[in-house]
Amino acid sequence: MALIRWYEHPEVARPGWELDRLQKEMNRLFSDFWGRGMSPFRVGVYPAVNVSEDTKNIYVRAELPGMKPDDLEISVEGDTLTLRGERKLAQAGETVNYHRREREGGRFRRVLTLPTKIDPGAVDAFFKDGVLKIVLPKAPEVMPKQIQVKTS
Amino acid sequence: MAEKEMQAREKMEMKSPAEGTRDVPMYIPAVDIYESEDALVLVADMPGVGSDNVSIEIRDNQLTLRGTIQLEPGDKERLLLQEYGVGDYFREFALGRTIDQAKIEASMKDGVLTLTMPKADIVKPRKITVKEG
Repeated sequence: MALIRWYEHPEVARPGWELDRLQKEMNRLFSDFWGRGMSPFRVGVYPAVNVSEDTKNIYVRAELPGMKPDDLEISVEGDTLTLRGERKLAQAGETVNYHRREREGGRFRRVLTLPTKIDPGAVDAFFKDGVLKIVLPKAPEVMPKQIQVKTS
Repeated sequence: MAEKEMQAREKMEMKSPAEGTRDVPMYIPAVDIYESEDALVLVADMPGVGSDNVSIEIRDNQLTLRGTIQLEPGDKERLLLQEYGVGDYFREFALGRTIDQAKIEASMKDGVLTLTMPKADIVKPRKITVKEG
């Protein structure tokens, strides 16, 4: 029988090996989670939104295929934007036989907190080809100001 | 139905073996397919695709749907939050011989493609009345 000192054993040699093992296990779990061909945008709320800004406005975009502007309710209160609506799927009738059913319908509500103060009176919304775009102009007090340097 | 809560469904990105020539991701559109007595109807969600940018091709009983989006010239915009990806759409289906390919009709509205594929006459159910005699 070969005698080895206990700390030379590969698994108990280093203090904290248990933590390392746990870390590896966690990493493996997470890479499995992301690695299933899914995008890293997992949110689980509807609709998913993309928010961007330029110097003047904040833009909120959402994909709502098949919806009509009338089915949507957009409201702004302070720095909170609320999107509410119902996606109604056309009923195909009772005599049909479904082969695939992947599209979802139903009611939804999404509340977003905006990153800056906006001017609620000047908010515009556009709907084209199933994509909603909301343009929220920034409040004058948060607009960047250009300061002219004068020669004295 | 009216009180049904909307279930979030993630946009599926397509992993294609061949690289696309357009530098945008490719997504698999969600579809409903149903069959009625005289037609097969396909409904596909392709938000951002206008009626001029969708192509439907049938070759050797293979149906290919392609939708290209027009990227907005939003270079000056800085992205703060991205929950979905924007890209083209692609999906293929194998059709049986039961479709009358000459009579397929397509319409695109509000980012939803509807394809009505009438069944060929030979496969339509025929009612045979039994005569007395």
